[in-house]
Amino acid sequence: MSLRQLLVPSVQLLLLGAMAAVVSYATAAEAASEGSTIVMAKEFMFAPAALTVAAGSTVTWTNRDDEPHTVVSDSGLFRSAALDTNESFSFRFDKPGTYRYTCTIHPRMVGTIVVRQ
Amino acid sequence: MQDPTPLTTRRGALKCLAFGSAGTLFALAGGVFTPLDLAVAADRKGTAALGKPLFVQISDTHIGFNKEANPDVTATLNRTIDIVNGLPEQPALIIHTGDITHLSKPAEFDQAQQLFSRLRTTEMHTVPGEHDTTDPTVTEYFNRFGKASGNKGYYSFDHAGVHFVALINVLQFKPGGLGTLGGEQLAWLADDLKGRSASTPIVVFAHMPLWTLYEPWGWGTADAPQLMEQLRRFGSVTVLNGHIHQIVQKVEGTVTFHTARSTAYPQPAAGEGAGPGPLKVPPEQLPGMLGVTSVAVVKHPRALRLNDTTLA
Repeated sequence: MSLRQLLVPSVQLLLLGAMAAVVSYATAAEAASEGSTIVMAKEFMFAPAALTVAAGSTVTWTNRDDEPHTVVSDSGLFRSAALDTNESFSFRFDKPGTYRYTCTIHPRMVGTIVVRQ
Repeated sequence: MQDPTPLTTRRGALKCLAFGSAGTLFALAGGVFTPLDLAVAADRKGTAALGKPLFVQISDTHIGFNKEANPDVTATLNRTIDIVNGLPEQPALIIHTGDITHLSKPAEFDQAQQLFSRLRTTEMHTVPGEHDTTDPTVTEYFNRFGKASGNKGYYSFDHAGVHFVALINVLQFKPGGLGTLGGEQLAWLADDLKGRSASTPIVVFAHMPLWTLYEPWGWGTADAPQLMEQLRRFGSVTVLNGHIHQIVQKVEGTVTFHTARSTAYPQPAAGEGAGPGPLKVPPEQLPGMLGVTSVAVVKHPRALRLNDTTLA
């Protein structure tokens, strides 16, 4: 199975932040082909709430709230532990499709990842 | 001249200060749970009027939380335990209405259990909060507290003529965020209540509120109306919840709803701010916003009374 799940230690956050900065300079199409994309959990919302990435991309969620959040796929494909402030969770999307997810601590927080070929 | 109430004595006033920040004590009077002040309960004269405390409700201890809103949740839980242990008459039971831990980590559960072991009252009944069920396999809570329910999360028991029902509403959520009980649990409850006399006092406890307090923040349980339908015929029903880290109470017919304070940190009132996160208050205000609830049986015909106490 090519799907990978990993918890990113907080030490690596600066690196991830640098990658995000690089992505932000690219065009939207290029961004979709980049290897890593970040979703923030902030003020009880996922931002961006809807994200399109190319197959093979790794998406990283980082919690910027004082309250923990989780990232749990509706289909059961991926499930983070409770992410405390500044902790991250990453998942690599290999198969095209639409993936919805929820914070199980605050179920109003929902998001979607669309994976294209 | 004797002071008419314990609270107006110097000793009473000191106790009032001492209890300013810790919890809630409940008694059931005339079929209705009424909140009382723990400072009154701590006074022997007050206690005589109250009867023996039946149980104390502790909620939202959030062991593992260490942010600005309360960097030391262990200290505030210890303070709460001191207050409960200091009651002139020990309650028969402790009820914990969930969010024992902050992040469902084994070490947090272990620490919580170690802290609880200091309670003089050893019989504790629990339900999980959504913070207790975030581990990948949802087993940490059940490995420690699942025995009473056969790992289902819901169960009932009787004590001193009162029927207690523990419900779980944090495993499935409705789109939008309200908790749910689910058909299986409701069917179990119907069976559990069948044949019970309507005069049996009922205490129902669950983590998330069993009535809709504020839907945008998921402060409610979607299928709670079906639960209330089952409880309607009983003459005295007390519904105890946590989750929102503040006291909200309402009485509807024979049903008293009450949410307890947290022992860890307060949360904003419904709709104030971005979401239901930790509320930062000046340190001197914190103890007054944390606490426990105590419930006593007061007299015959059997009656329960509720009393909220803060740590201040």
